[in-house]
Amino acid sequence: MAKTTAKPKVTPKAKVRAKANTKVKVAKKTAKKLIKSVASGDTTIPPKDAKMIPIYIMGKEYEVPETLTVMKAIEYSGYQYTRGCGCRGGICGACATFYRFVGDYKLRAGLACQTVVAEGMIIVQVPFFPANRSVYDIADIDGEPHEELRRLYPEVFKCVGCGTCTRTCPMDIDVMDYIALMKRGDLKGAAHKSFDCVMCGLCTSRCPAQISQFTAAMFVRRLYGKHILPKAEHLEARFKEVSEGKYNKILKKLTKTSQKDVQKLYVEREREPDMAKPGEWMPKDKRQL
Amino acid sequence: MSGYTDEFKKLIKKVEATRAERIEIARKGEHFPALTMDERKRWLDDYHPDYKPDGRRKVLVGPNKGDILPEEVAAVLESKSRLDIKTVNLDNADYETDVLVIGGGGAGTAAALAASNEGQKVILSTKLRHGDSNTVMAEGGIQCADQEADSPYFHYLDVIGGGHFSNSPELVAAMTNDAPLIIHWLEEMGMMLDKLPDGRMKVRHGGGTSRKRMHSAGDMTGAEIMRVVRDESLNRQDSIKVLEFSPAVELLTDKAGTVVGAVLYNLETKEYYVVKAKSVIMATGGFGRLHIQGFPTTNHYGATADGIVMAYRAGVKLQDLDSTQYHPTGAIFPEQNVGLLITEKVRGLGAQLLNIEGEQFCFPLEPRDIESSCIIRECLDKQLGIPTPTGRYGVWLDSPMIDILHGEGTVRKELPAKYIQFKRYDIDISKVPMLVYPTLHYQNGGLAIDDSASTGVKGLFAAGEVSGGVHGRNRLMGNSLLDILVFGRRAGLNAAKAAKKTKKFGVPTLNHIDKVHKELKKAGVKNPMTGPTLLPDYAPEHVQLRRW
Ligand SMILES: Cc1cc2nc3c(=O)[nH]c(=O)nc-3n(C[C@H](O)[C@H](O)[C@H](O)COP(=O)(O)OP(=O)(O)OC[C@H]3O[C@@H](n4cnc5c(N)ncnc54)[C@H](O)[C@@H]3O)c2cc1C
Ligand code: SF4
Ligand code: SF4
Ligand code: FES
Repeated sequence: MAKTTAKPKVTPKAKVRAKANTKVKVAKKTAKKLIKSVASGDTTIPPKDAKMIPIYIMGKEYEVPETLTVMKAIEYSGYQYTRGCGCRGGICGACATFYRFVGDYKLRAGLACQTVVAEGMIIVQVPFFPANRSVYDIADIDGEPHEELRRLYPEVFKCVGCGTCTRTCPMDIDVMDYIALMKRGDLKGAAHKSFDCVMCGLCTSRCPAQISQFTAAMFVRRLYGKHILPKAEHLEARFKEVSEGKYNKILKKLTKTSQKDVQKLYVEREREPDMAKPGEWMPKDKRQL
Repeated sequence: MSGYTDEFKKLIKKVEATRAERIEIARKGEHFPALTMDERKRWLDDYHPDYKPDGRRKVLVGPNKGDILPEEVAAVLESKSRLDIKTVNLDNADYETDVLVIGGGGAGTAAALAASNEGQKVILSTKLRHGDSNTVMAEGGIQCADQEADSPYFHYLDVIGGGHFSNSPELVAAMTNDAPLIIHWLEEMGMMLDKLPDGRMKVRHGGGTSRKRMHSAGDMTGAEIMRVVRDESLNRQDSIKVLEFSPAVELLTDKAGTVVGAVLYNLETKEYYVVKAKSVIMATGGFGRLHIQGFPTTNHYGATADGIVMAYRAGVKLQDLDSTQYHPTGAIFPEQNVGLLITEKVRGLGAQLLNIEGEQFCFPLEPRDIESSCIIRECLDKQLGIPTPTGRYGVWLDSPMIDILHGEGTVRKELPAKYIQFKRYDIDISKVPMLVYPTLHYQNGGLAIDDSASTGVKGLFAAGEVSGGVHGRNRLMGNSLLDILVFGRRAGLNAAKAAKKTKKFGVPTLNHIDKVHKELKKAGVKNPMTGPTLLPDYAPEHVQLRRW
């Protein structure tokens, strides 16, 4: 169904629909193998009267039913992904996409698995974009965190404040703001502000100051988690106990206990009340702690 | 709510018509009667995809020959290799390494880090990008008994009780014992765990827990874990080499059947690479994308059971692979959300399940497998499901009840991610119900391992969702993220130890594949598919018909 168009143009809707229908009929006639039409897995089965709209995948025109995501529209057109598709649920960042509408100057960005197609969309995915990343040993970083950031990612301090990254981010993160917080030394703020980042690289692809925002943010989050966020003392204590083998015997005994007896222990175990504050409630039976 | 078609809007009127009365009854604390034990069993037998005889059959070859498995799983186990044994040249290795890790999710990356800690050289082969995995998708959290009122003892009881006592006890003991080591390790690497101001972990209950031990990082715990372990592996470039878009397609064995490497396939250049390794770790994750019985899935694009297929051919035994976790409420509309997980919390907050007439047909908080059966029954048997414009069926999940019961704004506050995910498509779930249907969520079984993550076939270790036994026939939320890191690390450590003891690389052969092909012929398997699957193909009918 593909046609290469030098200049994509929008086909009038009625014509599109008529065309789509005749095409399907022709296809049926020439059919050699019969494939049962059931809505299976992720394969899209468009409704009978679905409105077909033209989209342009890397400039090439395809007709797809409206309401699909860009990702499913690309598959509907017959592509099988190797790059540019991961979780299909908006969290892995594999499907970074730029698009424009025919006749509209505005460049838009989104995740292919989360963006709905619309008539006249001209689409390209950016499955990979080179980013600068510094190598470091998180355990060995003992300098002042802000200085460490300056040492590893000096380019962050050259942000010109254009706001393009913020306008581009498909997760609606105020990227410029977390960069500003990094510059100012508010690493806690930067860590939290950048937390939803899926590392798609779209911001980086547009930055006039050539900053790789998301790799710098990754470093800052680890720095914050390791050196600024207070440690959990109860975890440290339990870590020591386990390392010393405190539970080996108790657990070994459980694995040797008959299923009937384990079942009994299971049914009899006390349940921590829902409203109890962590660390305050204690069970009556403290023998197995 | 223009995200719904006019047809849907008409049907929603029926839901609204019964809502006031349902709310009134709910306020009185009364609810739709739960099924009796006897009914539960019947519903499961008749409607749950794990129990229904159709769609399942005996597998004809291999170590689990004769076991009844889902058709889709049996078919991949009876697949033939994509390699033509006669033309493959194994004389020269493209790579030699101490440890080869297959799979770049949480389990694989943890294994690579552990082997690197032991001073071993690691190659990590992965099908997509490093980190494109089920691990990034986990939202809820990770369990660990690190509070004073808790201990691995209680964690053990919860896990094994949740698994209906079908788990391997030694694996449960290993997992619950190591949990504090894992969370400590994550904290040391700088993971942003949710904490109280004094550093104490914020912990919650999960389904089936006796203590609050669900740790989290916002509502993207798995993504944060993956980001951190991947970042750490990138800092070890001298010992960990990652090969992206280069899935393993076959293991290599020596004359004695010991695993001595693998064949990788470059998805882009279509070349094969021969990798010789002293130990191999299988960590390829689950099988959601096999779409058992056509079910949609919550899983990532690469969850196609490749590791199961490769290891099975090398002689590894499978455990509980007939047991699949279907999450009762996956989104079924709009098309772009199909398969998406709608957490139990929605029902916990009072939303009810309704059929096309706007009527209740089950108690909304039955166990997961029972709830799924009820929904399937309502749609397929009673034909009271709501048809979607894309040829699927679903039932209503009446989310607007939540704000009515708990006050305006509760949906947005308690379910921010879901609210946004639907709002994108112009559906305000605090005002209109969602359409849901069970979705394939987790592979309960898998490759049999022991507590050192060894598969029993020499040279081969396995960890993560690809393995079985840890959760038995039912997994509790928050134990899978734990499982993959515990056994990932154990696999890495033990593979490294084994590699240190191995002086020379083995001489690779594909003898085991030759045997598999002969066995297929003998068993009369006609036209076996080619496996492993590697990538699903979602081309629609009209495209497939034109691929002459
Ligand atoms: C939506 C969702 C929510 C979840 N929520 C939770 C939760 O809250 N708590 C919890 O504990 N668990 C949860 N789980 C389960 C948990 O996330 C997974 O079981 C776990 O992350 C699996 O980890 P893994 O490393 O074994 O596999 P994966 O993370 O899936 O990684 C497998 C890797 O192997 C690669 N691969 C596949 N085939 C090949 C091949 N042939 N060659 C090379 N590489 C290959 C894949 O591309 C992938 O990178 C959830 C799962 C899903 C899908
Ligand atoms: S901050 Fe950059 S890399 Fe992260 S999600 Fe936004 S655009 Fe993508
Ligand atoms: S795009 Fe670059 S220069 Fe512009 S605000 Fe963002 S980081 Fe700064
Ligand atoms: S495929 Fe993962 S974010 Fe789109």
